[in-house]
Amino acid sequence: MSSMGKQTPQRANLLQGTLDMLILRTLLYGPAHGHQIGKHIQRTTNDFLQMQHGSLYPALHRLEQRGWVTAKWEVAPDRNREFKYYRLTDKGRKQLVVEESQWKRMAEAVARVMWPAAEEMR
Amino acid sequence: MRWWQIRKRDADVERELQSDLDLEEEEQRERGVSPEEAHHAALRAFGNPTLISEQTRAVWSWNGLENILRDLRISVRTLFRSPGFSLIAIIVMALCIGATTSLFTVVRSVLLRPLPFRDPDRLVMIYEHFRDPSMNAQEFNYNHVAPADYYDWRAQTHGFEDMAAFRWWQFSLTGERGELPEMVSARGGSWNLFPMLGVQAAIGRTFTESEDSPDGNTVMLTWSLFERRFGGNPWVVGRQIHLDGKPYTVVGVLPKWFTYPDAKIQIWISYASGLPPDILRHHDFHFSSVIARLRPDVKLANALSQVEAVQYRLHLQNLNAPVAEDVAPKTIIEDLAQNVKRPLVILLSAVGCMLLIGCLNVANLLVARSAARQKEIGVRNALGARRMTLIREQLMESLLVSIAGGVTGVLLSLAATNWLVSTWTDLPNVQSIGADGIVLAFACSLVFASAMLSGLLPAISSTSKGAIAALQASSRNVAGSQSRTALRKTLLTVEIAATVVLLIAAGLLLKSFWRLRTTDVGCATDNVLTMSYSLPTKKYDTPQKVNAFNETLLEQVRTTPGVRAAGLGSMVPGAGAGEDDAFTILEHPPIAPGTALPDALYRTADPGYFSALQIPLLRGRFFTGADRAGSPKTVIINRLLAQQYFLDENPLGKHLHVVPYGNADHEIVGVVADTLYQVGQSPKATMYFPVLNGDSNPGGLTLAVLTSSEPLAFSVPIQKQIAELDPELPVSDVLTIRQIIERSLGNASLTARLVLGFAALSLMLASVGLYGVLSYLTTQRTGEIGVRMAMGARREQVVHLVLGDGLRPALYGLTLGLAASIGAVRLIESMLYGTQPLDPAIFAAVAATLLAVAVLACLVPAWRASQIDPMQALRTE
Repeated sequence: MSSMGKQTPQRANLLQGTLDMLILRTLLYGPAHGHQIGKHIQRTTNDFLQMQHGSLYPALHRLEQRGWVTAKWEVAPDRNREFKYYRLTDKGRKQLVVEESQWKRMAEAVARVMWPAAEEMR
Repeated sequence: MRWWQIRKRDADVERELQSDLDLEEEEQRERGVSPEEAHHAALRAFGNPTLISEQTRAVWSWNGLENILRDLRISVRTLFRSPGFSLIAIIVMALCIGATTSLFTVVRSVLLRPLPFRDPDRLVMIYEHFRDPSMNAQEFNYNHVAPADYYDWRAQTHGFEDMAAFRWWQFSLTGERGELPEMVSARGGSWNLFPMLGVQAAIGRTFTESEDSPDGNTVMLTWSLFERRFGGNPWVVGRQIHLDGKPYTVVGVLPKWFTYPDAKIQIWISYASGLPPDILRHHDFHFSSVIARLRPDVKLANALSQVEAVQYRLHLQNLNAPVAEDVAPKTIIEDLAQNVKRPLVILLSAVGCMLLIGCLNVANLLVARSAARQKEIGVRNALGARRMTLIREQLMESLLVSIAGGVTGVLLSLAATNWLVSTWTDLPNVQSIGADGIVLAFACSLVFASAMLSGLLPAISSTSKGAIAALQASSRNVAGSQSRTALRKTLLTVEIAATVVLLIAAGLLLKSFWRLRTTDVGCATDNVLTMSYSLPTKKYDTPQKVNAFNETLLEQVRTTPGVRAAGLGSMVPGAGAGEDDAFTILEHPPIAPGTALPDALYRTADPGYFSALQIPLLRGRFFTGADRAGSPKTVIINRLLAQQYFLDENPLGKHLHVVPYGNADHEIVGVVADTLYQVGQSPKATMYFPVLNGDSNPGGLTLAVLTSSEPLAFSVPIQKQIAELDPELPVSDVLTIRQIIERSLGNASLTARLVLGFAALSLMLASVGLYGVLSYLTTQRTGEIGVRMAMGARREQVVHLVLGDGLRPALYGLTLGLAASIGAVRLIESMLYGTQPLDPAIFAAVAATLLAVAVLACLVPAWRASQIDPMQALRTE
């Protein structure tokens, strides 16, 4: 019980950071509601990233709290009822740039360790 | 997020999740799945909507508040479920927090809060300071200042904005039309004192510079006299009152809050008024307190060094007079609180100790209870409650107990503070003692500290075990509760150790107090009535008039039936140090310039003084009626003076030269035994001059009457005799010698009694704790004991087993406490009289008491354990 409790937050943190970036990137195309965002990420990664709703909604609300997205109830064009649409703010756009560059550096760093030969050949 | 938006936000999250869930379901249906299947598929894809909404809501910070409210609800419910525990815990906390808050209230007002003067940080008291360490031992390291020294300091130094002085005085107060006379305590303050302190008269004005002269005849009333004697009527300003028979004009009334330097003062006159002009030019009449206000741009050390330079020059100019070399500063608070600081610190430490014991006791009770709730906690843990939640909940319980105890305690402390202030007569600045914001803040932090102290340990220990272990644990499984038992024993050990420290402190203080009470002051203490009066110099302006009054009175008193003897003198033993004077011995070679002059207490006595007080004569003779004004001057010395200054010679026939009174040589005619000027102090060299010798003696006389029966019964008849001789003469301090001694011990007795009270309460708490732990332990081991008895253990063996279990922490605690006491007694060492700090009798008595109480507390559970029926015990599993 207690050993599980200790590991969970670490994994969630890693996911959280990435998830925030993915959501922000998705919203770059335009406003979307939670379901759409989840579906989009899942589809784009060919179902590789299974969207956990338990992380998605807290993440959305967190982004809203930080002022990176705004939320508004709007009627969906194809459904004729209201959904909660999230929209990227200017602050969110800047945040996306920051997170993207951080991620890039991180990926490069990991790559250099994992595949040193490939790096040299380039 | 504000709390009023909570509901709106809640609904919003629900709606969002629902709409997205519906969408998922619709999409499934659109893919051709049956409606019912679509619903389940959507839920599968989505996850647990309740959990998601809870997690989403957790993003917003108001979740914390919600949790606290829930914890609060649960805690209140739990506390109400076991009202016995809650009540005991709250009472313990109320007593401990109340006592601590009370003491802190007093400490804050007396030791910490600056006096309500303008810029109190820049005010400092300056005293004369002798370099000779042997003088310091006699408390001359803060010697009062002579008027001429004060005038020179003020005129010749520049580091202080101003310097003011005040002196002690006492008057008999009569009205314009012969109202009842009374003795009033007074101070003479220099004209600049009130402006310098930033004190303005509530009515009228303060003194002017021209009024501060020997023939000044103006007076200020303190608020208490103004209200008491003049009915708070402002017409009194501008009128005359009579002090010692002389008319004084009331120029103002001091504000109600002004009770400096103590609340007994009724009247202020100007510093110089009424003093013989030549006294103002003396450098060796030490009777003034000096307050100075530092200039903002000057450092205290620099300003003081200027004063020091002046003082050293004065010292060199007066080498054969007691004029100190140095000066020494003191803050006003230190100056006022010098007698109460140490008792206050000791009492505060004692209540702190008691608070610690109280917290440990509540912690112990909580541990016991959490053991009973082991299963509940295990189940909640298994259902997914996080450890933090469980700890928080338990902390909430101890916090509630502490808050309830704290609120009760603060209310108690209001009453306790009042009691303390009215009982403790030495406390300065009494008017300002009371709870304020700081005290409340202190009480609040006390509540939180107690909650943490009493709640955190049990909470951590009770939640440390995994859910499975907790659920598996049964009463047969003794190992499961081992760690908790160890914790309880540790808490108990600390508790007992703290109790031992308190008991030892109380024991030592009590023994010292008992020693003080039973000290031989060197004179008769039973059946001696004393009363004081002071003949006004205006009416009694010649020695003949004074002597006539005194002798007539003595004669009348002596012939009163039931009076065995009567004597008259400036002071009686035990009533304080009073005045002391420097002297030289005519027959001895002159003292080398620069060395301190010998110094002795100044007393006057009539021929019957020594026999009335039963002070034995060692050599020579007592005074006779012939030792009076106009005849050769004589003096009687005490044994100590003879021993210190007439090593191998016969002091009789030698002469003491004393500057102040007549600047004459006095022949030593007798040597009497030593008396104590104050209980608890070692005796001092003393000179007795004849009351009748006619030298001017301002200040009062004390009549001592040795009676054959209850002395207080004589107080009214004798006062009537005085009133017949002079109806305007007020009589004060009608007390037996025993009462005088008791009164001077008030401080020591109060401290000893309070510490004893705290110690007794702590002992009770500790024994209750011991009893609780052992009862719990015995219940835990019922099964085990049953097995032992089934295997053939005898009942005595079971008693031994349980007793050993309970007495072990008691013994550890006792050892720890005795060891800690060796350090702690240093704090009270200087307050002890005739008692060694490591008094073996006290240590042994405390150890015995504690062991006896511990055995008693353990005996009941042990006996109960021995009564266990083995079959019953094994079957109940």
